[in-house]
Amino acid sequence: MYEGVVQDLIDELGRLPGVGPKSAQRIAFHILQADPADVRRLAHALAEVKEKVRFCGICGNVAQDEQCRVCQDPRRDPAVICVVEEPKDVVAVERTREFRGRYHVLGGAISPIEGVGPDDLRIRELLARLADGTVTELILATDPNLEGEATATYLARMVKPMGLKVTRLASGLPVGGDLEYADEVTLGRAFEGRRLLDV
Amino acid sequence: MTLFRDDGLVLRTQKLGEADRIVTVLTRRHGRVRAVARGVRRTKSKFGARLEPFSHVDVQFFARGGELVGRGLPLCTQVESIAAYGSGIVDDYARYTAGTAMLETAERFTDHEGEPAVQQYLLLVGALRTLASAEHDARLVLDAFLLRSLAVNGYAPSFEACAQCGMPGPNRFFSVASGGVVCGECRVPGSVVPSPESMELLGALLTGDWRIVDSCEERHAREGSGLVAAYLQWHLERGLRSLRFVEKSAGL
Repeated sequence: MYEGVVQDLIDELGRLPGVGPKSAQRIAFHILQADPADVRRLAHALAEVKEKVRFCGICGNVAQDEQCRVCQDPRRDPAVICVVEEPKDVVAVERTREFRGRYHVLGGAISPIEGVGPDDLRIRELLARLADGTVTELILATDPNLEGEATATYLARMVKPMGLKVTRLASGLPVGGDLEYADEVTLGRAFEGRRLLDV
Repeated sequence: MTLFRDDGLVLRTQKLGEADRIVTVLTRRHGRVRAVARGVRRTKSKFGARLEPFSHVDVQFFARGGELVGRGLPLCTQVESIAAYGSGIVDDYARYTAGTAMLETAERFTDHEGEPAVQQYLLLVGALRTLASAEHDARLVLDAFLLRSLAVNGYAPSFEACAQCGMPGPNRFFSVASGGVVCGECRVPGSVVPSPESMELLGALLTGDWRIVDSCEERHAREGSGLVAAYLQWHLERGLRSLRFVEKSAGL
């Protein structure tokens, strides 16, 4: 056991995900030896993230204001909405620099075995956004696992009467892998979604 | 340090750490087994989509001790698909919710890990195959699976002879606590009187007479499902989480 404040710091750090007692101790001593300005910046960032960050009123992404950066940006195409499960997925799609539309974060996927049903996700908010007719395409970018597929099927059925163009992200072989290691489901999907090589 | 090889159905997956998952597999020879699949969530994982729920797989486990279940969780080292029922099930929301309820039921009836439950395993394989083929209504396939799961675990309800005194049927009253239909003499307070058609449907679901099942009316199917759910809940003591989503989706 260390002197009061040091032990308090170790205990607090130890409550973070993936940080055990030894790692907590190592981080605590790193902080003790670090430059005071660095430590102040870290403390400031921690306090600020809790104070300022909230969820965007439109898409459900993490935001600093009422609305997130994407929803505020007038250059983003309001006619296309990309539906994702988590705010982390927004970042993943943004990194591709391919997509210029807007997002909708569901907050998870339908998983009856875990007790998560359609009413526990932000599906009602999505349908409200689609109601005014500005959106012409809905891209379903839920995870390519079973729960994500089920959520996509459910959403596609819900919005069908609205007459939108509903698309699903392609699945197939990862770039840089070997064909022999591909599983049947993935390889089957890759065949389904094969494209014409126009040389 | 022992390797085990078995075939099984993936019942459930849970996230573990950065890129791993704990998969629950109902195997043919070792019953329900929980094992760690390292790196399965990475896009370039060698497991790919093989360890998703509803997959029928041939799997190799690596266990630390001489037993598959006991000293920590075994590792999945190699997996090959036998049949991927997932894609046929997930295409339709009613089939998906019915399928998840089957997986949860199978998990609940195989409480003891490592204890073989061959009948439950074979029943689940058959049920998932039927469900994925979309030959019959998803909710009826689920009800048939639930009734037969109850039967192989020793809780078979009676739909003809009285469950108490054995008086030959048809009998009018149905009591969950008494174990099925009861005669006028044996009826207990709280017994219900379902329609004769619903009783016939339940009997057909239990024995697998799909000719009768496929020609049933919606209201009888609905009444039958209610009785099956009540009967299952009584014997499992706790309700199934996924069952309430099945009921919702059937109304859509």
